[in-house]
Amino acid sequence: MSDHASAMADREHRHPGLNLDHTDPEGHASAEPVIFGFWIFLMSDLIVFALLFATYAAMSTQGTGDGPAPAQLFDLRIPLLETLVLLTSSFTLGFVSLANKYEGHPRQAIGWLVVTLVLGAGFLALEYHDFSTLIHEKHAGPQVSGFLSSYFLLTGTHFVHVAAGIAWGMVLIVQQAVLGPTLPVKLRVMRLALFWHMLDIVWIGIFTFVYLSGVLA
Amino acid sequence: MSDQHVTARRPIPDSERIGRRRELRRYIAGFALSLLLTLPAFSLAAAGVLPPAQTRLAVAGLALLQIVVHFRFFLHIDLQKSHRDDLMLILFTGLIIGLMVLGTLWILFDLEGRMLSP
Repeated sequence: MSDHASAMADREHRHPGLNLDHTDPEGHASAEPVIFGFWIFLMSDLIVFALLFATYAAMSTQGTGDGPAPAQLFDLRIPLLETLVLLTSSFTLGFVSLANKYEGHPRQAIGWLVVTLVLGAGFLALEYHDFSTLIHEKHAGPQVSGFLSSYFLLTGTHFVHVAAGIAWGMVLIVQQAVLGPTLPVKLRVMRLALFWHMLDIVWIGIFTFVYLSGVLA
Repeated sequence: MSDQHVTARRPIPDSERIGRRRELRRYIAGFALSLLLTLPAFSLAAAGVLPPAQTRLAVAGLALLQIVVHFRFFLHIDLQKSHRDDLMLILFTGLIIGLMVLGTLWILFDLEGRMLSP
């Protein structure tokens, strides 16, 4: 490719999400296949969640059996807190993405990634508290009714995804500290950002269709 | 750490500073808009000023808006020409999700109506 053509290509957005473009032209060119591939994974993951939502929608109205209904179990305080924590973590991850794109050294990216993962861990702690209250105090474990099975399946799958994102982020902290902002590491940070933002989008569905709709009897 | 792989501490040109500020503003706008959509949804459901059916519709609408905000401001999806392939992927996924979710709900609620209601 001539210099002119490559300069043109650098200005283009090659994939969805924050592009490296002019800050790293070489990396920008190699980002396209890996980021696009990751989007295909994200979209298929989203389909899994969509079907869990559909199952939940049917089960929460038809499948309560002799067990409690959603309105008898849920209150909005912890879901609100979880929502704010996860939303803030998505926001702080924005600083990681910007540091990843613009900073020549990884310290800022590592710092914000630590903040993001701590918020993610806080979200998991709140969710774990919610699960254990349901199971031990309200005697509403996953085996009680179809509604509760699908509730734990949906929120549990999201929980596992966030936990996986935290493990992934910890690996990336080590990689950024040891390897520095090399191209493979940068591309991994970009993919973690997409994954994390997508989990926040799934959470919008959960707080709306599980909790907010659930408390309306 | 070998130096040839690390683009350490290069001087940052002005155009980049501007680009960075614009992208930072985008994240801040996304965060603010998300809060503006989340908090009313929770207050609507908690206060119960509207009848349940309308509240459900309202919070679902707010959720849809917030999903668009997240795609636009956090995932940087827009309608630019160079994004079209990826937009196709996302829209196609949306179509599949719509078909499968609506189909599932249709079948399950129809079955319930036929078999379980008195």
